[in-house]
Amino acid sequence: MRSVIDVLDLSEQELDELIATALDIIANPAKYAEACHGKKLATLFFEPSTRTRLSFEAAMYELGGNVLGFSEANSSSAAKGESVADTAKTVSCYADIIAMRHPKEGAAYIAAQAASVPVINAGDGGHCHPTQTLADLLTIYREKGTFENLTIGLCGDLKFGRTVHSLINAMSRYAGLKLVLISPQELKVPSYVKQKLKDEHIPYEQTTNLEAVMPKLDVLYMTRVQRERFFNEEDYLRLKDSYVLTLDKLANAKEDLVIMHPLPRVNEISVAVDNDPRACYFKQVLNGKYMRMALMLKLLKEAGKINEY
Amino acid sequence: MNIDAIQNGIVIDHIEAGSGKKLYDLLKLDDLDCSVALLKNVTSAKYGRKDIIKIDREMDVNLDAIGFIAPNATVVMIKDGQIVEKKKLDLPAELVDVIRCKNPRCITQTEQEIRHVFKLTDRKKREYRCLYCEVKASI
Repeated sequence: MRSVIDVLDLSEQELDELIATALDIIANPAKYAEACHGKKLATLFFEPSTRTRLSFEAAMYELGGNVLGFSEANSSSAAKGESVADTAKTVSCYADIIAMRHPKEGAAYIAAQAASVPVINAGDGGHCHPTQTLADLLTIYREKGTFENLTIGLCGDLKFGRTVHSLINAMSRYAGLKLVLISPQELKVPSYVKQKLKDEHIPYEQTTNLEAVMPKLDVLYMTRVQRERFFNEEDYLRLKDSYVLTLDKLANAKEDLVIMHPLPRVNEISVAVDNDPRACYFKQVLNGKYMRMALMLKLLKEAGKINEY
Repeated sequence: MNIDAIQNGIVIDHIEAGSGKKLYDLLKLDDLDCSVALLKNVTSAKYGRKDIIKIDREMDVNLDAIGFIAPNATVVMIKDGQIVEKKKLDLPAELVDVIRCKNPRCITQTEQEIRHVFKLTDRKKREYRCLYCEVKASI
């Protein structure tokens, strides 16, 4: 049974197909309105996530399907001590596809091994969050028209930020990529990510100074310093306000810069930036729904649960 | 220094000097009630220095665990004072229930009855990563 745990589970060709499907959904929503009629998505959210869960649910409703699930571990059998594997086996009896978020890294893999329906990883701790990356890719593609020859600045928590690692993995497949890694010393990208960049001959630079590198960026991907990734509250408080994007800091930016953020933001991007035409983070949210629709269609079709779409 | 020759048992030879104790611990040889010798820094024509473990009992040893700690090791099975089998080891492609993931955020910390699996991800660096969370293995 095909599941998607990591964005790297999808080939470059499959990513292109998903983007093509998402663009077709955007252009012809009525064509897909009943594509998943009679199908059920189970959203198993062992930790709260308003955005991702609602996005999956909206995606399934727009495909004409139904949704069941829970939005926190306390309202599931996990509170009684049930294993992830048993939960996945049980839910497979009720649903045609599962979207799962869990605070532990690797939980989605366990679920996918146990389930008899496709599992989509909707975030497993600090490990992977492939559908966020799909949202990011569609946003970059719709805004820039290409994935090639882009200089992408990644700013904020590059150590624990799973969206950043996934985006690097996905974008590293495209020619002409240059990365600018902007973070405080304590939140630099892990050495294994840098090694991957070296191995694949992807040029990158590391800096702590966002303003200095702003003019060269085609895409600026801001991230939140996440409280839940720290064991030490003091470290979190010291680092949480490292970067705040304001209109002043955008003074030297390109006119066609694409500003992205996986959301939710706390204060990494000033609200004043929202009205700038370069702000694309709410478009990212919408693009996320379209890519989740495309991904569910693909996995349900591969599982033989729906026909052509 | 003399250690009695083994009549029935196992000799793990050519362990990288300094790794013998790690292997001794990983194989839980402290739990055995037979004679076990851990020889450190033995002169070796091939490696300069090496460690050796001798176990005075026929038993199954986890060859993946030995290969993980001592990929250059030779495992020699001895029966009635004669060598009956000699195995040259290599880094195993996968470790199953040999070590546990130390990442506190890994699902293996909480999921019941799970296999602890590590994949060899970099042969040159002898690097293994947890199948589930992909964090680098450490002993």
